[in-house]
Amino acid sequence: MNETPLVELSGIYKSFSEVHVLKNVNFEVRPGEVHALMGENGAGKSTLMKIMAGIYQRDKGTAVVKGKEVHFSSPKEAEEMGIGVVHQELNIIPYLTVTENLFLGKELTYGKSGILRTGAMRKQARKALEALGVNIDPDAVAGELSVGQQQMVEIAKVLETNSDCIIMDEPTAALTDREIEALFEVIEKLRNQGVGIVYISHRMEEIFRICDRISVLRDGNFVGTKTVSETNFDEIVSMMVGRELGERFPERQATVGPERLRVENLSRNEHFNDIHFDVKQGEILGVAGLMGAGRTEIMEALFGYKKKDRGTIYLDGQRLNISKPADAIAAGLAFVTEDRKDKGLVTGMTVRENFTLTNLKAVSKNGILSAKSEQEETDRLIKRLHVKTSGREQTVKSLSGGNQQKIVIGKWINNQPKVLILDEPTRGVDVGAKKEIYQIMNELTEQGVSIIMVSSELPEILGMSDRILVIHEGKIAKILMREDADQEKIMHAATGGM
Amino acid sequence: MSASTRKISIFQKLGPLIGLAIILIVLSILSPQFFTLANILNVLRQVSINALIAFGLTFVILTGGIDLSVGSMLALSGAITAGLMAGGTDPVLAMLAGLAAGAVMGAINGLIITKGKVAPFIATLATMTVFRGLTLVYTDGKPITGLSDNMSFVLMGRGYFAGIPIPVIWMLVSFAVLWFLLKKTTFGRRTYAIGGNEEASLLSGIKVDRIKVMIYSLTGLLSAFAGIILTSRLNSAQPTAGTAYELDAIAAVVLGGTSLSGGRGWIFGTLVGALIIGVLNNGLNLLNVSSFYQQVVKGGVILLAVLIDRKKAA
Repeated sequence: MNETPLVELSGIYKSFSEVHVLKNVNFEVRPGEVHALMGENGAGKSTLMKIMAGIYQRDKGTAVVKGKEVHFSSPKEAEEMGIGVVHQELNIIPYLTVTENLFLGKELTYGKSGILRTGAMRKQARKALEALGVNIDPDAVAGELSVGQQQMVEIAKVLETNSDCIIMDEPTAALTDREIEALFEVIEKLRNQGVGIVYISHRMEEIFRICDRISVLRDGNFVGTKTVSETNFDEIVSMMVGRELGERFPERQATVGPERLRVENLSRNEHFNDIHFDVKQGEILGVAGLMGAGRTEIMEALFGYKKKDRGTIYLDGQRLNISKPADAIAAGLAFVTEDRKDKGLVTGMTVRENFTLTNLKAVSKNGILSAKSEQEETDRLIKRLHVKTSGREQTVKSLSGGNQQKIVIGKWINNQPKVLILDEPTRGVDVGAKKEIYQIMNELTEQGVSIIMVSSELPEILGMSDRILVIHEGKIAKILMREDADQEKIMHAATGGM
Repeated sequence: MSASTRKISIFQKLGPLIGLAIILIVLSILSPQFFTLANILNVLRQVSINALIAFGLTFVILTGGIDLSVGSMLALSGAITAGLMAGGTDPVLAMLAGLAAGAVMGAINGLIITKGKVAPFIATLATMTVFRGLTLVYTDGKPITGLSDNMSFVLMGRGYFAGIPIPVIWMLVSFAVLWFLLKKTTFGRRTYAIGGNEEASLLSGIKVDRIKVMIYSLTGLLSAFAGIILTSRLNSAQPTAGTAYELDAIAAVVLGGTSLSGGRGWIFGTLVGALIIGVLNNGLNLLNVSSFYQQVVKGGVILLAVLIDRKKAA
């Protein structure tokens, strides 16, 4: 492993309009290693990677690629030196085929005629996909592939440019467990071929499984690099947050009361069938299952956002008629969606406008808004949820992921819901904010709110739930009490075992 | 991204006003007749019709939609008002019927868009043709004349109040009401929210379809209002009235800084945008610029304004 590093960044400084985002940061990638870059949201990970990939220019410091000092002024130059990026948001054009996507912008043509060499491109695409060991038809329309397959196409695209250093930004965020396994196999293969990989993720378990080294940033400072075999979970977390975090999941104090919500025979043909469960006052019901098992669809139907074919819903014994989200909200339900940006927030609006959106009635009289009560509500929520913001008039677009998530939760708390549905409440949220969100959940249950929490993170399910509902292919596979549950039992049920 | 980023930055807010000021100064220098009270009132009166339509379109565009049928709704509403009056109906009732017709046509647009899930551009492109066709059917392709000399109808487009043309007063009153509606009410907040993120708005319990139907209906109502003022001014209803008015109205909204993708914008900008277009029309006429060149200049100004806006956004 003592070869020349592929990339060696040292003493990197970067600031944006007086704000120092990176201060004296060092980072290196060697051939054949998977190097995790960790840090809370806002620690400077993306800025560092953008400097490495030529999207930003450094203010100070040196960047050496394969022994040569470089000053990238565009991503193109970085690409020519073998540095490729697989972005979190995939750059796939859904209406084009896999081959067309692979060769986008660098199509093979007959001389300079502009006439495409379709056959040659298809052949090369097939070879590239085979080299990755994935089974994808080069003629398939990219939009019809699963997210995991699209990501493979993206990786193949980066490799086609002869990259030997690949930056992967949260690559598993949208993948099913099976796809994650496939991705890890590909990463393993690339590592053996001598490719260096920078792996950015919030998922500790993954990092300890596939990475060789971990570098940690905190508030733009370089904290250190550790070899995975010589460190542990707790050490990395305390490097990231700069303090001992204590227990990962705060103690639950709430007492579980009588039944609050009951769902019977909830079905949507071809999506989920005969879903029945109940949630009690002050209870957290965890909903586990593989990605694509239908968990989100069930919640969307329960909330009236997507249609259901059958099913009855009772709240405190009263039958509810829910045909649109407004009905569900009026009954006392609240829904924190999986996707903050697309479904949770109006990102161009301010903190205040987002907080009050679910309950404009409370801050208005006869349809006329009261600036004063809006401000009071907002300040109260900012304080209660510890939102880090420059003020209530900041647009939520410019907040970090954790703070955005607090806004989404806050806009529902404002409504004083009886049942709060949380779909992946801590996805893309850093460790510190995660714990704060758990604390908020505990506070709410102590006040008697019932929580349904859909999550793909098993430690979270096990750490927070009173009972666990396991969904497998649109059906309830098992209901477990927390005392009886462990990771194996949940995974067993989620993958269809008896 | 700076922390003080608002829906519209101060600079963007001032942009249209600065543009208007520059045009006013240049025209005042070039033409001695331009900056006279009589001419300014004349410009304002000309602007009022486009402004009323553009106010409605501001709401539509804020939700990320568009309404191409405004000119046809103006024509049909005006024709219905004139037709009823020519047939002996009480002028006030006839005008109310015209307004109601506009609101209904707008609601139909809204229903096609929300319940029929048709893209606003296509839906209103179709109804633009349908409403225009209905106007031709109703008028038999001929102007409706011989209207009542009832004062309430005459004053609508031709009257003055304290020396100010009544259409200008209507424009200013409508502006004040609509500004309040957009800025200070839950309806206005929901309008912005739908344009900013329709899915999140729906999931936040906003009855998106209902708000949209109301907004398209409001636009129909304002177009009808403009149509009645125009009918009064001309003392007749023309079957081809309002043709291509949607273009000036969209231009006014865009010049005012409202984003065609929705969620960002303001109605004061639309007023300024309408004034820019009106002042340009008037000034170029005073300067004896041929009407052919006028179009080139007008289009150029719109393009320039949008290009400057893009620069600032980037």
